[in-house]
Amino acid sequence: MQTETSKQTVQGSIRPVKSSKMSQILSELKKNKHYYFLMSPYMIIFFTFTVIPVVFSLLLSFFYFNMLEFPRFVGWQNYSRLFLNDDVFMIALKNTFLFAVVTGPLSYIACFIFAWIINELSPKVRAFMTLVFYAPSISGNVFFIWLIVFSGDSYGYLNGFLMKVGFILEPIQWLQDEKYILPIVMIVQLWLSLGTSFLAFIAGLQTIDRSLIEAAAVDGIRNRWQELWFITLPSMRPQLMFGAVMQITASFAVADISIALAGFPSVNYAAHTIVTHLMDYGTIRFEMGYASAIATVLFGIMIGTNLLTQKLLRKVGE
Amino acid sequence: MGLKLIASLRAPRKLNRSFTVSFLLFVLLALFGSFMALPLIYAINNAFKPLDELFIFPPRFFVKNPTFDNFFDLVAIMGNSWVPLSRYITNTLLITLIGTAGHIIFASAAAYPLAKYRFLGSKSLFSIVVLALMFSGHVTATPNYMVMSWLGWINTHASIIVPALAFPLGLFLMKQFMEQIPDALLEAAKIDGANEYRIYWTIVMPNVKPAWLTLLILQFPALWGTDGGSFIYSENLKTLHYALGQIVQGGIARAGVGAAVALILMIVPITLFVISQSSVIQTMATSGMKE
Repeated sequence: MQTETSKQTVQGSIRPVKSSKMSQILSELKKNKHYYFLMSPYMIIFFTFTVIPVVFSLLLSFFYFNMLEFPRFVGWQNYSRLFLNDDVFMIALKNTFLFAVVTGPLSYIACFIFAWIINELSPKVRAFMTLVFYAPSISGNVFFIWLIVFSGDSYGYLNGFLMKVGFILEPIQWLQDEKYILPIVMIVQLWLSLGTSFLAFIAGLQTIDRSLIEAAAVDGIRNRWQELWFITLPSMRPQLMFGAVMQITASFAVADISIALAGFPSVNYAAHTIVTHLMDYGTIRFEMGYASAIATVLFGIMIGTNLLTQKLLRKVGE
Repeated sequence: MGLKLIASLRAPRKLNRSFTVSFLLFVLLALFGSFMALPLIYAINNAFKPLDELFIFPPRFFVKNPTFDNFFDLVAIMGNSWVPLSRYITNTLLITLIGTAGHIIFASAAAYPLAKYRFLGSKSLFSIVVLALMFSGHVTATPNYMVMSWLGWINTHASIIVPALAFPLGLFLMKQFMEQIPDALLEAAKIDGANEYRIYWTIVMPNVKPAWLTLLILQFPALWGTDGGSFIYSENLKTLHYALGQIVQGGIARAGVGAAVALILMIVPITLFVISQSSVIQTMATSGMKE
């Protein structure tokens, strides 16, 4: 609107500021049209299935929607119900944080420590050990092997072993007993968690400048621990930050393993997490508005924790 | 003898290493290494166990009389069922191959401009992709279901393949790796008259082969292990992993067959990783996040 009027008033004299900015943008777009074209297939799919759904989910969390009737605006009702009236969500929230607090840091530290020890090995052994530690995370759904280990009858591996040595007299229902479900899911989650960040750390350790370590030795670095703290960790900061993002996101997203081991829903919701709660409302009860509120809370938790951790890691070695 | 062995395992020319600590660390590594490897070794052994060994008490770890019976049973069971096993394998292969190849091509096409040029929106687009690394796909599951139903993609393979094409981690790793390509190489091609598409296809792509393999190793297992989720309900569109679930649910009588399918499911991604390991490590070296 403004552009129009200014165009009319100053026509013929000087070029109007606004339209020159517009035309600048246009010519910029035109100049780079090949780049936009190259990016378009990826970006169209990425926006359709990732960006727009996040925004959409945020909006939908303020509506009541069951996929049949027209969405009805309910304001903050979904959120108040979630935090004040949903006991199961509270259990899910507690379990998710327990998972994140235990498996997040543990798996992150394990990724680093094992990568660090493996890096001391000769190249052939290093390649083999990398495979040993990485294989569980890509062997996909073989974690059902753990079902046999923790099986509740005496054919279960753990029960069989404990009964043989005489620790227990009769089999324990590992996956039906609330006491054991959560720790078992955590163990299996840890077993699967040496994935992308582990590889990133292995790679990061191999690219550390050797002359830096030699120079440090001359300057009085006396043992591997000093080398680790003063040279290795600061040189690996970018990989450490990348690894943190991967591990944090994974540790908040525990669901498949919990469902495979403990069932869905698990006994007394002992292994219920935010994601399984979301699945319950999103794909079984079809309360899409409520499910969106759960998704939005999960999104907030994941992004918040990640950004906070990034801020903290930036301080490493500074 | 023992000392010599350990000495030979160590990488040469490391400074400031005390032998005792090295020894203790290697013991630690061996301990946890066996924790990682044992379930997989057990899974492999189980696939070759005859029925009487599968149900022996107390359970035995290694197979004594290996047999291929479980694999023959698998073929026999699936041959009688309404949907043959080959159908599940074809579905899984179709999803995995299109999803992986398409992802590599789309992600690298998008990564090239982002890695090498500054233009309107390039920075913010990349920031959005990095932000997308920070939450899991579960967050978008509900709206995705609606998008799929509007597109009419429910109960088609497209509902699994298409979203996988724009997996954010792939673009991120590809872009970081492409930044290493020397600008001079691209300039030279431009002077020779090549357009952007030609440069992308004939210069950039051959130079980022290690990154292709990395995207492959990240994308392949995810698609290979998909069970169709909530999008696919027709039996003849289901995947191998879904078939595994069905067999395992068949109860203990099917334990041997289940172990055979599990072996097929795990051996393919692991073999791929063995082949591509060095390229993957090379790509991951550039995975770091800038501050």
